[in-house]
This record gives sequence, structure tokens and C-alpha cells, in this order.
Amino acid sequence: MNIPADLLYTKEHEWVRVEGDIIIIGITDYAQGELGDIVFVELPESGTEVKQMDVFGTIEAVKAVSEMFSPVTGTIDDVNGMIEEDAGVINSDPYGDGWMLKIKVSDSGELDGLLTAEQYNELIEE
Amino acid sequence: MSENKDNLKKTAYTDFHIEAGAKMVPFAGYYMPVQYGGIIKEHNAVRNGVGLFDLSHMGEFAVAGPNALKFLQMMTTNDVAALDTWQIQYSCMTFEDGGIVDDLLVYNLDDHYMLVVNAANIDKDFKWLSDHLIDGVELINRSDDFSLLAIQGPDAKKLMEELTDFDLDGLTYYNAAEEEIAGKVTLFSRTGYTGEDGFELYIPPEDGPEIWQAIMTAGKKYNLELIGLGARDSLRLEMKMALYGNDIDQTTNPIESGLGWIVKPAKGPFIGSDAVVKIKEEKPKRKLVCLVLKDKCFPRKGYTIMEGDEVVGEITSGTVSPSLGIPIAMGYVPKRLAKSGNTVEIDIRGKRFTAEVIKPPFYKKSK
Repeated sequence: MNIPADLLYTKEHEWVRVEGDIIIIGITDYAQGELGDIVFVELPESGTEVKQMDVFGTIEAVKAVSEMFSPVTGTIDDVNGMIEEDAGVINSDPYGDGWMLKIKVSDSGELDGLLTAEQYNELIEE
Repeated sequence: MSENKDNLKKTAYTDFHIEAGAKMVPFAGYYMPVQYGGIIKEHNAVRNGVGLFDLSHMGEFAVAGPNALKFLQMMTTNDVAALDTWQIQYSCMTFEDGGIVDDLLVYNLDDHYMLVVNAANIDKDFKWLSDHLIDGVELINRSDDFSLLAIQGPDAKKLMEELTDFDLDGLTYYNAAEEEIAGKVTLFSRTGYTGEDGFELYIPPEDGPEIWQAIMTAGKKYNLELIGLGARDSLRLEMKMALYGNDIDQTTNPIESGLGWIVKPAKGPFIGSDAVVKIKEEKPKRKLVCLVLKDKCFPRKGYTIMEGDEVVGEITSGTVSPSLGIPIAMGYVPKRLAKSGNTVEIDIRGKRFTAEVIKPPFYKKSK
């Protein structure tokens, strides 16, 4: 199981990379493995405002549909067009080309509630 | 609550699945592989090459004795008398009201019949048959005596030829034989649930591991892939093959579900025949149809089918077809909407998507 140490995580199996006041988010290796083949994703448009724990999109995998929750309050800064064309990239490279959104964070304090790699590893081993 | 896997039944091949990195799930009381390398990859391997399925969870009953034929004529909808020895037919059992007990295969073997039933229905079917048993019939649940494997795909015959000296050209679709496979006398048939050429092997559990390894070794040449229950579902769905519990169940009858072709009332009465004949004469109120969608969406079981503001039906099975790359679904709609070319709408979490009724199957082999 690949859980990069330099990222933060959510209980909803998303990863977060913090770059100043922008965060990049995607789903974890564990999540893509559990979902299996991802067929397509529905993502919000740039400029959309999201609140922490809002559903911002859905992942349609062969086995099931699942929702994605925003880890923070902020504004969608960028959307990965590549995965809108070929969602299989999320399966093959969840932490790289399979990234989903960039969000401009309104309240950086919300990042304190995220999990470290070690905490996330404990969560999925439960 | 997740089921404790220690309470689940294992098959003769469970260790091979785990070793191959399968994702294992509880299914009808068994611990079964849902996927190995990925459902789409496995699906395409069966469409274009060859795949190996563990179907040991399926149930097998032996029906023997002087009145076995009479009993099966009463219990099943198809005409068992039409079966020559070593022939197989697709059939179903119905309740008195015409609702479906289960769909099944009936094998006419040398000295007895074998019924192959759905895993989730083994106990129900066995009780149903036992409750109607007549003199001169012996019914035995042999589900634990067979570790069923299926070899399916356009290269299935070539692979089988590596394992047997028996002339497979003589074994046509829906026929069975009992011959040496990898040195073990094995009952097998040219049958399947994928729309491809293929074979199903009824292997005694003690021979299972050896035959599995012989198939895997011979399969290297053909890039044999292991196939889980996930791809089994998308393969059968592309062919509009009904799945009990999804597309057919006790609330559906064979006429509305498109299984009228396995109902042969001319053979004489069977349980449910009065009801089924009446439905056929009066025409069914609804029909199980094939739906295709153009927009990017993923139709799933339970989503509602709409005509305007009216709920007219429900999706019973759906996926994005790996072979066709488009969303496909089956569901029941009122008869007036069931003609091919008609359109309905599917409600997917509050959004409406247009679906067109097409003639089955979804996937047609290009030859």
C-alpha cells in the first residue's frame, strides 16, 4: 500500500498536498484499489465555492459509485482535465497524474484536522 | 457489518485466488474472487482471448430413478423429454403464480439428470424440489461434489485441446461429455454465461488443484486470464442474460422477462403452467428491455425509469459496457414502451438521462 509520508489524508480516503494557500487533492491508493476500475468522475468547475465536507464530486467505478468530500472550505482553483478524459489514470497513478482538484483554502486552520500518513495507515489497517 | 470470512465456504481453488492477488468477497456464503487484475481487463480477455472462472459456488443436484423425467417435467418449464442423452437445456422453475423460483441448466446424463442452480438459491431450490418429490425419484444435493471451473473465450477450444484427446469438434453447444481432462475423467460441457465459446468443467474437489494447475500451465500460450465475479456480471449483461436476484426473481414471470422460449406448456402441465399460459395469452403488462444511453453516466440496479413525471420501471442491471464503451442497462417497462426505438429517461441521483430501447443483445460478435 502506497501512502506517501509527505501528504495529509482524510477519513474519506483522500490525499491532500499543501502548496502555500492552495491544496491539491486526489484519492488514495487504498481508495482506488477498493473502488476497482474507475470509469469516469464528475468534478466541479473552477471558481466553484465549496464548504468543508461538501460533496464536490462523484467517482463512478465499475463496482459502485462513491462521493468525494471537500476537506476544506475554499474555491476550486483548477480541475484535472486529464482524468475527465481518462479516469483510469486515477487507478494507475493516484498521487500523480490522477490528482483531481486544486482548492484555494479560505481557512488554513481546517488543515489541522487532517491525518498524517501514519494516522491514515492506522485507519485503513483497522 | 462485514461477514467473518472464517464462516464462508472455500472452494478447491481459494488458495490460488489469494496467491494471484484476487480481491475476495463473500458471495452466497462462499469466499469468492470478485476481480484479479481489474474487471475491464478481465472482461476484454474473455471477449478476445480466454479466461478461467471459479464457479464452484453454483449448486448441482442429481435427479435419478424411474420417474425422474416425469418429476422434472412437473418441476421445470422446458421440455425435458426433448433432451437426448448428454444434451443440456436452459430452463426455469416457477411458483404456482408464475413467479420464478430459479433459472437453471438441466443435463441429461447417462443414467440420471443433473440440475445446475444459482448459488444463492441452493437451499431454496432443494427444499422446493424436495417438497414436491414423487415416488420413484431420488434427489441428491451434490453441490459439494463438484468444483466447477469455466473456460470461456474465442481461444477456449484451443486451450481445451491441450488438455484432452477427446475430439471437441464433436461436442456442440449445450452438449456434455465425460472424458479425461488433464488425465482425470471429468464431466464437462460446452456451455457458459459470457456469449463466447467455452466449457464448464464439473471437477471433483480432490482433483481440483491438479486440473487448475494443468489449465494454468497450458493457458500460458494463450495468455489465459483469471476472471472474477465482476467481469462475469458485465459479460452476461452485454448478452442480456438474466441474473437471478437482479433481472428475474419470484416477482417476475418468464414471459415478461423474455424467457418465454424456455416455457413449453405443450409438454403437459408443470407447476405454474396455468398462470404462465394465462400471462402469455393475455400478454404481459411489462417487459424486460435492453436500454442504451448516449450521455456519460453509469446506470445501476435500483435507479428508476421515468416517462415524463411518471415512474414506469426500475433498472435491474446496468453498467458501462467494457466492450462497447457505452452505458447499458436492463429494466422492466410497461409493454407500450417496450418496442425498440422507444425512449425513456433514467433518474440517476436526481439527473435525467435519455435511454433508448434496443433489441437484445447489447454486444454482437463481429465475425
